[in-house]
Amino acid sequence: MRRYRIRKDDSCVSCLRCVSECSFGAITASENRTLVFHHDKCVDCQRCVSFCPAGAIYITEDENRFRENSVFRKDDISEIILQAETGGVLLSSMGAREKNIPVYFDRMLLNASQVTNPSIDPLREPMETAVFIGQRPEKIQRDKEGRLINNLPPHLELKTPILFAAMSYGAISLNVHKALAAAAEELGTYWNTGEGGLHESLYPYKENTIVQVASGRFGVHETYLNTAAAIEIKIGQGAKPGIGGHLTGRKIIGDVSRTRMVPEGLDAISPAPHHDIYSIEDLAQLVMSIKEATHYRKPVMVKVAAVHNIAPIASGIARSGADIISIDGYRGGTGAAPKRIRDNVGIPIEFAIAAVDQRLREEKIRDRVSIIASGGIRNSADTVKAIALGADAVSIGTAALCALGCHICASCHTGRCAWGIATQDPELTKRLDPEKGAKRLVNLMNAWTREIKEIMGGMGINSIEALRGNRMALRGVALNEKELEILGIRYAGE
Amino acid sequence: MKKEGEVRISSGCAISGIFCRDGRRITGEAIKKSIKVMHNRSNGLGGGFAGYGIYPQYKDYYALHVFYDSQTSREETERFLDRRFDIINLSKIPVRQTSAIADAPLIWRYFVSPLPHMLQDSQLDEDEYTSLAMIRINDSIDGAYVVSCGKDMGVFKAVGYPEDVADFYRIEEYEGYSWTAHGRYPTNTPGWWAGSHPFSLLDLTVVHNGEISSYDANRRAVEMYGYSCNLLTDTEVITYILDYLTRKQGLTLEECSHVIAAPFWSTIAATEDEDERNRLSYMRNMFSSFLITGPFSILVGFSGGMMALNDRLKLRSLVAAEKGHTVYFSSEEAAIRVIEDNPDRIWAPRGGEAVIVTLEKEAGR
Amino acid sequence: MKVVDIRKDGIDGIRKHENEEISVTGCLGERYIGCGMKNGIMHIAGTPGNAIASYLDGGSIYVDGNVQDAAADTMNAGLLAVNGSAGDALAYGMRGGRVYIRGDAGYRAGVHMKAYVDRKSILVIGGRTGSFLGEYLAGGIIIVLNLDERKDITGYFCGNGMYAGTIYLRTQCPPVNLSDKLITRNVGKEEMESVIRPLVTDFASVFSLSAAKCLEGRFMAVEADKSKSYSQLYAAV
Repeated sequence: MRRYRIRKDDSCVSCLRCVSECSFGAITASENRTLVFHHDKCVDCQRCVSFCPAGAIYITEDENRFRENSVFRKDDISEIILQAETGGVLLSSMGAREKNIPVYFDRMLLNASQVTNPSIDPLREPMETAVFIGQRPEKIQRDKEGRLINNLPPHLELKTPILFAAMSYGAISLNVHKALAAAAEELGTYWNTGEGGLHESLYPYKENTIVQVASGRFGVHETYLNTAAAIEIKIGQGAKPGIGGHLTGRKIIGDVSRTRMVPEGLDAISPAPHHDIYSIEDLAQLVMSIKEATHYRKPVMVKVAAVHNIAPIASGIARSGADIISIDGYRGGTGAAPKRIRDNVGIPIEFAIAAVDQRLREEKIRDRVSIIASGGIRNSADTVKAIALGADAVSIGTAALCALGCHICASCHTGRCAWGIATQDPELTKRLDPEKGAKRLVNLMNAWTREIKEIMGGMGINSIEALRGNRMALRGVALNEKELEILGIRYAGE
Repeated sequence: MKKEGEVRISSGCAISGIFCRDGRRITGEAIKKSIKVMHNRSNGLGGGFAGYGIYPQYKDYYALHVFYDSQTSREETERFLDRRFDIINLSKIPVRQTSAIADAPLIWRYFVSPLPHMLQDSQLDEDEYTSLAMIRINDSIDGAYVVSCGKDMGVFKAVGYPEDVADFYRIEEYEGYSWTAHGRYPTNTPGWWAGSHPFSLLDLTVVHNGEISSYDANRRAVEMYGYSCNLLTDTEVITYILDYLTRKQGLTLEECSHVIAAPFWSTIAATEDEDERNRLSYMRNMFSSFLITGPFSILVGFSGGMMALNDRLKLRSLVAAEKGHTVYFSSEEAAIRVIEDNPDRIWAPRGGEAVIVTLEKEAGR
Repeated sequence: MKVVDIRKDGIDGIRKHENEEISVTGCLGERYIGCGMKNGIMHIAGTPGNAIASYLDGGSIYVDGNVQDAAADTMNAGLLAVNGSAGDALAYGMRGGRVYIRGDAGYRAGVHMKAYVDRKSILVIGGRTGSFLGEYLAGGIIIVLNLDERKDITGYFCGNGMYAGTIYLRTQCPPVNLSDKLITRNVGKEEMESVIRPLVTDFASVFSLSAAKCLEGRFMAVEADKSKSYSQLYAAV
């Protein structure tokens, strides 16, 4: 299926760098060092463009168009053709791309102080972005002398309200994990192993590691649970709510196999549900069994996809003994998901945050749990808006990968990632230097944190907790009454 | 035009307070004089006073000050009260008509105590029973608003300059051991008298200067615990937070100050005493939803005491002074000097540092 | 042997005796017994609660009576031997060690059991099982002996979605409605001697049963049809 067209101009010096960079076989060289373009293999990952020393390569949308049709668009037709040929379920990756679903973050604008209270200059005045996430008891306790007893369960301390989202070793390379882990340590935040286990070389980062327990239970054992700052039970993810996972045997090689504790070459399948959780009280059982196994020293998180009923689901999770609820919205990324699921299931994270935060308040348990939101957080402004809607912190997956080179070509499921991210091919994974990667992630997070401080300072808020759920900080544009009502915000000008 | 509560109105303000630690009761004359000095900090759209120790003959009864828009709302409220409380005394609050104060609602005063069998059936303590009933009146009886409902105390407020409000309510005729006052500078007209300050719940009253930036985070947090912020003012939300933290969580007011004006994490980290460090860190973490950011200086009145507190960056002015057994707080030094030109000590409390004074014969709250 | 009365000492009372051999009495629904245990031997009387032996990492747990749901969840090593029966979701995601059930297992026993290098999860059931036995099986061995010779040895949908490992059934007829992605075959003599006999002999010795009786008759194996990979279901866009 041809989507893109590769071209070059006269400035090409025939160095063949593009040939060696292209991992999809879209550019090859003939014997006399002339370039041959295989347009149908190009995924528009921009690797050749980025590395062409002469700036001679262009990737464009193929201008050969199907006849315009307002109902059946080009992709619709191409996909029908593909399915007619293969009989297969369409498989894709990264986040949902349905253009008709708005990005609601873009329809909310932030406030700033003018006259009635002062804005604060974050470069000169203290500005606090540290967040503690975890459970809070309902009441204080005092000892016989009347001194306060510290009855807080274990918490995670984040220097900035951004974590790295769960991405499994297998779906992404070890070098990506290394970069994430090292960056999390330097930033004072956390990275998340995803469901593919924790490579032994990363054990030293345990203070900044969140390990995941998903339905496949890959690499889950007592040591794994205890080599972490927190444990996340993954129920679902925004890109494919209600759908399990399938890492093909091709990617289960070497250390991936060792880390997942799955024999080489054997598919790693994550069942759609946890078969020990068919009901909310079963979740409570799994939460508590993990707490038992970790001696109540670590917070337990539960990650769910934002689905229609997310508010009562979150309320149930909050009552299950979980310390933190992680909600992944409709636009959340993935290494591979059925396209129809990715693009048609779930709800945008903005609504999910607003609905969950409001419901937990109505149930008087908002202060008891923390909420992490994810699924399409692109920048610091999205982060601030998510927190003002009611999240304690956000996590970023796609944005972190972009910092490492990803251009969102959505070809992760092919295993041929030219940027060395979503692949296990040693020739490709070595393209990503984990140290340089960590540095870039640190730069990105520091830049966002600075921007968050600027935004907070403008609003006269000098501590991130005073921003949490502070919906007066938001105003809507291009939203209808119902959307405003669910988001719990007023229209611009109101 | 929308009235206060339907819109959020920002305000600048003046505040002042006098507290006699020996329990000596003074008339409202002094506090009026003090707040009047700061005339320029108000704009005539709100003023008010809280006095403690003013109803010694009824000190065991809840004193309700209520605004009514109409006789109908009064009748409805009285029927509501009758079913739940023993009404010992009821009367209009005496006022002096002045040209400076217009559009007065009906202003009534009741001395009540909960009906014993109703109280017992509710399984609540007397304070909770009373506060729930008052919140219910404000929430659901159209045109009725309970201005204050504590014992041996009362709030007098109106739309106007504070010194005119004082004349209107004849506060020079009341004697109390503790007085606070507020002059308001709202950006919009509040539309009704309830929006003026002090704001109160039971015996807790708050006057406040500044506009907090954490408002909606705080409001949504405190509304979780059964409070209903009808006025959308900072003072209201601060009052409810303090009521929640003291009455429902059992914190002392000093501990409350470590919640609402929590020290910066860097300050906590630099605290040498480990127990203190852990305590501060615990308080901030446990009650993170109640951290108040943005400028504020507040005076909190309660039975037997008063607290003055600034935000942690000290974005609003606050001056304190002492003379013998009397303590003064005010937005400006001049407002203290006008009533006590030679104090023993005069100082500006630091940001986030609560100054709490109590009657000498009573233990602190 | 130390005796721990769980009603008095609670789960913490058990924890104190890690690495020892203890007898635990009076169990009635206490969850997470032996959760994450690495060493030691436990003899359990009464009815322990859900998630017994979850994340078990070594040692042995012997239960006199029945166990409830989610026993041996994500177990990694060691032995859980139950003289009675087990509830639902037995040995979910188990990776290593042995789970022996003298009686029956409930629905969804051995779902997503695995094997890895020297770890191989072994689940032997003396009676019969509920439906969805060994669903998603990714490795390891499940043996169902049906010692009481009842009908309907595994219920419906045995081994649905399994892609590795083997389920052995002591029966002559294949289970009903088996997925088309599975194959069944009769177990030959060599496999019988090298795989089944040692495991069943060990099982029999734990419960003092006659190994010969347990091995009587023919065994049938259920395995994934490797020619039908799930990857074939997809078309990359």
